[in-house]
Amino acid sequence: MKIKEVRFVSGNEACAIGAIAAGCTFFGGYPISPSSEIAEFLAELLPANDGRFIQMEDEIAAMGSIIGASLAGAKVMTATSGPGFSLKQENLGFACMAEVPCVIVNVMRGGPSTGAPTSPAQADILQSRWGTHGDHPIIVTCPTTVQEIFLEVIRAFNLAERFRNPVLYLLDEINAHMREKIEIPEASELELIRRPAPPQAENWGFPYRRNAEGVPLMPDFGTGHRCHVTGLDHGETGFPTGNAEIRQALHHALMAKIDKNAASIYKNDLFMVEDAETLIIAFGSTARSARRAVELLRKQGRKVGLFRPITLYPIPEADILKAAEGKRKIVVPEMNLGQYVLEIRRILGHDIPIAQVNRTDGEPITPDQIMAAV
Amino acid sequence: MVERYEIRLSGSGGQGLVLAGVILAEAAAIHDNMYAVQSQSYGPEARGGASKSEVIIGSEPISYPKATSPDLLLALNQESFNKYAPSVQAGGLIVVDSDYVVDELKGNYRLIGLPMTDLARTQIGREMVVNILCLGVIQELTGTVSREALERAVMHRVPRGTENINMKAFALGIETARKHKQEHPNG
Amino acid sequence: MSPKSVDYANLLRTQYIPHIWCPGCGHGIILKAVLRAVERLGLDKNKIAFVSGIGCSSRAVGYVDFNTLHTTHGRALAFATGVKVARPDLHVIVVSGDGDALAIGGNHFIHACRRNIDMTLIVFNNYIYGMTGGQYSPTTPEGSFASTAPFGSVEPPFDVCNLAIAAGATYVARGTAYSTAQLDKYVEKGIQNPGFSVIEALSQCPTYYGRKNKLRTPVDNLKWQKDVVVSAAKAKDMTPDQLAGKIQVGELHHGTRPEFIRTYQTIIQRAKDAALAE
Repeated sequence: MKIKEVRFVSGNEACAIGAIAAGCTFFGGYPISPSSEIAEFLAELLPANDGRFIQMEDEIAAMGSIIGASLAGAKVMTATSGPGFSLKQENLGFACMAEVPCVIVNVMRGGPSTGAPTSPAQADILQSRWGTHGDHPIIVTCPTTVQEIFLEVIRAFNLAERFRNPVLYLLDEINAHMREKIEIPEASELELIRRPAPPQAENWGFPYRRNAEGVPLMPDFGTGHRCHVTGLDHGETGFPTGNAEIRQALHHALMAKIDKNAASIYKNDLFMVEDAETLIIAFGSTARSARRAVELLRKQGRKVGLFRPITLYPIPEADILKAAEGKRKIVVPEMNLGQYVLEIRRILGHDIPIAQVNRTDGEPITPDQIMAAV
Repeated sequence: MVERYEIRLSGSGGQGLVLAGVILAEAAAIHDNMYAVQSQSYGPEARGGASKSEVIIGSEPISYPKATSPDLLLALNQESFNKYAPSVQAGGLIVVDSDYVVDELKGNYRLIGLPMTDLARTQIGREMVVNILCLGVIQELTGTVSREALERAVMHRVPRGTENINMKAFALGIETARKHKQEHPNG
Repeated sequence: MSPKSVDYANLLRTQYIPHIWCPGCGHGIILKAVLRAVERLGLDKNKIAFVSGIGCSSRAVGYVDFNTLHTTHGRALAFATGVKVARPDLHVIVVSGDGDALAIGGNHFIHACRRNIDMTLIVFNNYIYGMTGGQYSPTTPEGSFASTAPFGSVEPPFDVCNLAIAAGATYVARGTAYSTAQLDKYVEKGIQNPGFSVIEALSQCPTYYGRKNKLRTPVDNLKWQKDVVVSAAKAKDMTPDQLAGKIQVGELHHGTRPEFIRTYQTIIQRAKDAALAE
């Protein structure tokens, strides 16, 4: 890969630089720790790159603004943290229902309520999956290193565009604020995806008619189609309907769009898993502690491995089953009181012992804690 | 170069220790071609309060980004010395500001006290450059990051228009540490 | 110009009509005023984004043949701001009810005014939450009855126009469903204003507001509108006593302030210049 530039930056800055590289042209935000630097960097970067930045009056408006901008054709992003993420949930549901491509960064902090604004947490795992009301499709990804934050935000944009679906991008106070070296590839090295185009140049009357992947062929506003977009149950035309059959088909189609293409959304990183007797399943910053624990335990001759899901949802069930096969013990560290472990228990059942390592005191889980649990 | 070298810079908010950590890590990662991670903890205050900046440098990719038992601790005030000295690695190095850290705990570490804040104030004329002066001291005492790499990172990161006084502060840090080594050949 | 010359069918999605509004509702009258303004200004249908929130008025977007966006309750202006910033060449028209715009969407209302972003908001003010069954809204007159004000509302109402003026909108007018010729003019001038325009259109809800407040028939409601209003020009010469209980109609404010999109365009230039200089 041809490298354009090497820089030493924070995770939040890498996220902003990555968004520009992904073709982001609109950011609507509202200040909240520990995500605010993403807005600050994009306020500077976007206008110089033919994009536009706006600081909205609240979190709800920020979410609304990116949906509007996306419908008008922009690649869009917002960034927030726990309390703001809660406020965004209703409009997030709108984006799922109306199938509006968008990337929502959540730099996680503790909660409930104001919690600890300047301390790390991984407190919004289940809220990411089920935060908005109603059954809905969602993609949740969670990077670990600063380099990965840069690369994965590009993937987040591509997934959002390809599936016309919100992608939730989970950072935490640790990897958002820590600085590492990143290599920025030449633009020509990056594959950028744009939402599927309607099959005709104008007057396409079926914005919710789907392509082979199940993704609607929606035109952008102002391109000669004059479509209708609503959060109500709707048919192919986009107009609300009370027809039970059409409504049921819509809800299934929304879920199928992600479920049927899940294999191309999953992404995992496996470290010394094959011969391991104990498997650690960790994501985000906690995966760094887990990797350190594996390194140290391996030096002691202990057979330990790490399964790190980068895509948290759709959940890579088959991959988790395969990685856990034949293991004697599973350890799930996370900076919450036990959220993703609920999914792991559901997938792996009760035949294999699953240990949790949890912490919500604002301090990171240390390699020592994980080693003790192994 | 060791596989993993942990550095913790501590003092009060506003002393520029986060920037010092960034410069140290950038020098290692970009100019000395090692692996480096910089992180910090911060409170809700913009100024004052306790400040901690951590740098991990290594020959291998760095997994856990925080310092658990630092090889090097810089403590610019008594509070941070008391708080962090006990976590220092056995045989590690603690550099303190000798005017502000007066009660020294006994421990299995090498302790060097230098009047860094006072030097910045009296020799350079700007107390605010103490962070860069400290980097000079650290460079000379540990050699973890090369002098050239640090100089390039200082030039890149300090506010425009302050390059000269910061480079003077950096050189003074090196000189001060060198003098200390000459006067204390056994550490 | 006579309304007869307007080709409504060209501007409507006639296949979705009849609409869901009750017989006697004022909303259709107001929507037609918007369509006449669009026709008279010769706007390209492809270049109009028509945005709404939730409520009776918000269903208007489904019936018009533009780029239409039916958003969440209260948030129409936030979505519309995104549309406008991403595509400044679009004419963005937002329709909202009194509850949608002033209660749940109150924050977005004042900030859209403050930003003076080039959009036009038409508030269909019928003094009541119609779609949810006649609850009192932020514009319900004190003492009026509603399903959640069985003893009369004890809350003082907002004056939509004064709020818009104070918050910074650059064109503010109030009209009524009764007097469509005036309303046509206000909507037209609002769309032309290069900034944020607020047109409050008094509407009638015979089903809920009327029934609970002794204005049972649509005609009673329109008569009330006719009798309660006084033109802003006339009001200048009236004493506070004479103005008590009256509602002023007309162009209440027309000012000039920097507009958001145009100002941001200068930011883009500055950012590009700065990037080039580096």
